[in-house]
Amino acid sequence: MRRFAELYATLDATTSTNAKVDAMVAHFAAVPAADAAWALFFLKGERLKRLIGSRTLRLWALELAGLPDWLVDESYAAVGDTAETVALLLDALGAVEPGDESLVHWMEERILPLRREEADTQRAIVQGWWRTLDREQRFLLNKLLTGGFRVGVSQGLVVRALAGVSGLEPAVVSHRLMGRWQPTAAAWTALLGADDGTADVSRPYPFFLASQLDGAPDALGPVADWLAEWKWDGIRGQLVKRAGAVYLWSRGEELVTERFPEIERAGFGLADGTVLDGEILAWGEGGVLPFAALQKRIGRLKLTAKVLAEAPVRFLAYDVLEEEGVDVRPEPQAARRLRLERLLAAVSSSLALSPLVEASTWEGLAAGRDRARAQGVEGLMLKRRTAPYQVGRRRGDWWKWKVDPLTVDAVLIYAQAGSGRRANLFTDYTFAVWKAGALVPFAKAYSGLDDKEIAELDRWIRRHTIERFGPVRSVPPVHVFELAFEGIQHSARHKSGIAVRFPRIQRWRREKGPSEADTIEVVKALAER
Amino acid sequence: MPSPQGLYCPAGDFHVDPWRPVARAVVSHGHSDHARPGHASYHAAAPGAGILRRRLGHDVALRTHAYDEAFCLGDATVSFHPAGHVLGSAQVRIEVAGEVWVVSGDYKREADPSCAAFELVPCDGFVTETTFALPIYRWDAGARTVEQILAWWAANAARGRTSMLFCYALGKAQRLLAEIHARVERPVFLHGALTGMVEAYREAGVAMAPTLAVSEAPKGERFRGELVLAPPSAMGTTWTRRFTEPSTAFVSGWMRVRGQRRRRGYDRGFVLSDHADWPDLLRTVAETGAREVLCTHGYADTFARFLRDERGVDARALETLFEREPDDG
Repeated sequence: MRRFAELYATLDATTSTNAKVDAMVAHFAAVPAADAAWALFFLKGERLKRLIGSRTLRLWALELAGLPDWLVDESYAAVGDTAETVALLLDALGAVEPGDESLVHWMEERILPLRREEADTQRAIVQGWWRTLDREQRFLLNKLLTGGFRVGVSQGLVVRALAGVSGLEPAVVSHRLMGRWQPTAAAWTALLGADDGTADVSRPYPFFLASQLDGAPDALGPVADWLAEWKWDGIRGQLVKRAGAVYLWSRGEELVTERFPEIERAGFGLADGTVLDGEILAWGEGGVLPFAALQKRIGRLKLTAKVLAEAPVRFLAYDVLEEEGVDVRPEPQAARRLRLERLLAAVSSSLALSPLVEASTWEGLAAGRDRARAQGVEGLMLKRRTAPYQVGRRRGDWWKWKVDPLTVDAVLIYAQAGSGRRANLFTDYTFAVWKAGALVPFAKAYSGLDDKEIAELDRWIRRHTIERFGPVRSVPPVHVFELAFEGIQHSARHKSGIAVRFPRIQRWRREKGPSEADTIEVVKALAER
Repeated sequence: MPSPQGLYCPAGDFHVDPWRPVARAVVSHGHSDHARPGHASYHAAAPGAGILRRRLGHDVALRTHAYDEAFCLGDATVSFHPAGHVLGSAQVRIEVAGEVWVVSGDYKREADPSCAAFELVPCDGFVTETTFALPIYRWDAGARTVEQILAWWAANAARGRTSMLFCYALGKAQRLLAEIHARVERPVFLHGALTGMVEAYREAGVAMAPTLAVSEAPKGERFRGELVLAPPSAMGTTWTRRFTEPSTAFVSGWMRVRGQRRRRGYDRGFVLSDHADWPDLLRTVAETGAREVLCTHGYADTFARFLRDERGVDARALETLFEREPDDG
């Protein structure tokens, strides 16, 4: 584990991508296969189910450090990360000479078995470990225990490192990495070895991701070079049918087949050796349902008949990646589209074709895009007819052309310190609009300001705090911000009667006073659109 | 006692480190949140004279006093005692009718070759700084951090890269130069904002590594393998374009927290502070024997509550205009 802690520290200590790749290559080359497999598990962004709650971990630490709990809470507010707070506090235990058990030993003989223990035993074990580790390893251990382990390298860098250590093409590595990674020595060897034809039948392909189109589409050339579709607001997914089985993968590379039995059933209608790319959507009598309906469905542990009836789902396919066991990704978009239309000519309603939006001019398409919100979609997707299906986010051939967001002018009324790199900075804001002469909170937003504005607002909040409620501070209603949303809906669950989707700060309206902020009636009118 | 201008001593009719203009200011040290311009007259410890004149103007009405030298202001007997924070930094001891108060200014207990070591002054009342008064702030030995910095510089130099080390212009830069004095032969390059204070330290006789101004390097110099010291405000400016693949680092107590470093975008953070850490704050309060403790700067509320609840000390926070000083660590 010492070596992995060192790798983590090295990755953390540089902003240079080359240095990060070099560090990973060196690590992979130096450690045994089983350790490398676990290292990759974490580098890839997979995480353990949380073993110990953050609060519990802090309690155990304050016992050891002999500190009152309120002081540990204040320390946490300054650090913004439980694992790090605890590691820093435990420095009080003094220096130790840590052992050097391997990562696989720590994971499989120590950390994972912890789940079977009673809370008191867990506490004694973890406190014992803390006593024998140095600061870097304590930090790493805490990260593993709380399940919040993120290494801060992108998948692309990990792929580069694996390609570097194996000599394989990055695209091959990307594909082999798809799906669930089993942290075993055998999986590691298979990943880097020659293809022996026993590839996992469930394995999906790397997703091709679209880029945001900011300017006018005329710059893309003639409209005839492009296919246009609706941009659906659901869950991107890949439906795999191979060897008599159906697998549905989310874009987060999670296997979600069981959550969507309608789609699984429909998938059995496909021939073996078929892989489709598309969107999982909640779909009612009148067409697509808002994302919130899908969310309800995801939240349920048990899919009762009632849940299935309330939010039926369908998979709207927009691409085919494999047909008759052949990888067709290199074919042009238009050819794949023809394959897809033929494939889906006779399948059930739970598996349907995402229709094309036809227009002979950009103006015509723009008119279609203006209807997007009424259609329950986010805008249009533009795909170049000649483009192959690529890996990851590659600019140029796939564009999302979203409708302009809804905007509301709102007043800042509460602020809370952020976490991670925004720890100790007031960056989590609550905004209010007017309702019968009073301000009612209706949205929270975290992003949209630049560093300079964040620093300015942070200073102002500190100097103008009215009241503190735990970590939250109330401030006088002075500053007005234009907030942007992807969607606004009526909601019985929210006090304001409004639920918003993807709130963010568009700009600081310094020229506006709080009385010029919008009213709840204006916001509700947007929900009708 | 607190006043709108800052801490005020009625018996001697003077303020300590006032932030608004007053007739008579007793100043603990040269940092801008303690030595404000605009007062009619100043008293300060002698070793800091050069720094104060550079910051406040050469014609400022400044009276300097040697450490430990007692002088009278009204009915108060006042003396300066080394605080170990920066060159010329002082704790202000004030005795009125047999009762002794000490205003710490900023202080640290750790050895620093660029200034006199902290002197413990027993007192009835102690006004302590609390910049880093959380138990997460605990410093490694300074020598260890200096080793890490030298290793980082050597690794960058081996790749022909420039090492850009950001640090506070008064105190940290000179401490670093004094720490690496006699350890390095090649000169260290300085950003223009640092040269004045380095000069002030040299005039005061502090031994430091040789330095050159970046601005005086020949045109087209790429500073391969060199160490460059700069103030945090220079990070990300066009000034940094002249360097070769610079690796950036910040030296400060704030670098103890990863989020602080990542937010500022530095490659490395080295933890080295001119303020007392949590254990040294507690130790100092206990050793002064003070019955009453006032806390100021930074985590004042937190530290006062801890002293009250956990140590039974009569402690409270003092209002200050400066809630925190993120770069003065």
